[in-house]
Amino acid sequence: MHRTGELYGQFKTLEQQKDTATLGMWIFLVTEVMFFGGIMLAYTLNRHVYFHAFAAGSNTLSLQLGGFNTVVLLASSFTMAMAVWSAQTGKKQLISVFLTLTILLGFVFFGVKYVEYGQKFHHHLVPGKSFDIFYCVDNPTKCEDVSAEELTTEREELEKARAADPDLNAHAQLYYSAYFGMTGLHALHMVIGAGLLLWLLKNSLAGLYSPRWNTPVDMVGLYWHFVDIVWIYLFPLLYLIDRHK
Amino acid sequence: MSEHEPTEHIVSPGVYLTIILTLLVLTGVTVWAAYVNLHQFNIVVALAIATVKATLVVLFFMHAKYVPKRTQLVIFAGIFWLGLLLFMTMSDYISRVDYRGIRFPFT
Repeated sequence: MHRTGELYGQFKTLEQQKDTATLGMWIFLVTEVMFFGGIMLAYTLNRHVYFHAFAAGSNTLSLQLGGFNTVVLLASSFTMAMAVWSAQTGKKQLISVFLTLTILLGFVFFGVKYVEYGQKFHHHLVPGKSFDIFYCVDNPTKCEDVSAEELTTEREELEKARAADPDLNAHAQLYYSAYFGMTGLHALHMVIGAGLLLWLLKNSLAGLYSPRWNTPVDMVGLYWHFVDIVWIYLFPLLYLIDRHK
Repeated sequence: MSEHEPTEHIVSPGVYLTIILTLLVLTGVTVWAAYVNLHQFNIVVALAIATVKATLVVLFFMHAKYVPKRTQLVIFAGIFWLGLLLFMTMSDYISRVDYRGIRFPFT
């Protein structure tokens, strides 16, 4: 089927046709809000009950990597917005340039996430049998990427948290389940987004999008920005629980 | 009147640039604020900043400021429903007493 901007019979104008697509996309995004909202509710309740474990778990995350990824993702939203602008104003080459930049930034995000997840496996911070929040503190030689100074503060924090919550190791796994669940589902959305962007790039290289018809660029843009918004909340919720000690 | 060019509002690159710079500054502010001890208000500040950032993304990057009112209503309804989910569930939990007469959290 051709979808290159002809007016379908059920619409009066192209504008109305586009508004309808936008409305449909937003209804989908509302279901996504509900999807992530339920997970955030579960997070909120557990964080409320097991605050010490959540705080201790949060402080074992790398703020540098998380902060860097936040900047990368925000930048990718900007390049996505510029891709939509290029399509709306008929700058055909620029659409492909900005789509490529968006995809590249997405892959930078995946790369950093890969390093982060790798560290967590290495540090025995993946929920399961071998989960041990004291692993790095007890085996400093096995965690060369954490400085001795960091380990000293980490030990103090963990001891304090264990004094307040004797079952710290079990409850820290709840934090890490939330961490992997939330960032994993977010990353899954980004993988889907990256696939959609590659498809857009293929079509934009073929010169398909114009001021008259750019609905797919706009709709994938909405999706990509939504995924960015999820991260805007995940960043403070996961990385910044209790940094001020 | 049928096949004219779509007359959608086009947001200028200048606006996008202003928004992205604001978002980056706010990211810095939220990290800075996390290192200040505000006791139970750290989370309030963090969520307030995140909500300002999300609002900027929705209004400008996602063009919600320029879409028809009925689309805005759908967006608003979604956020309102999320509010209900969080507010009603949390009020239930914090006001709940379990079978032993112990208040939430039941530890």
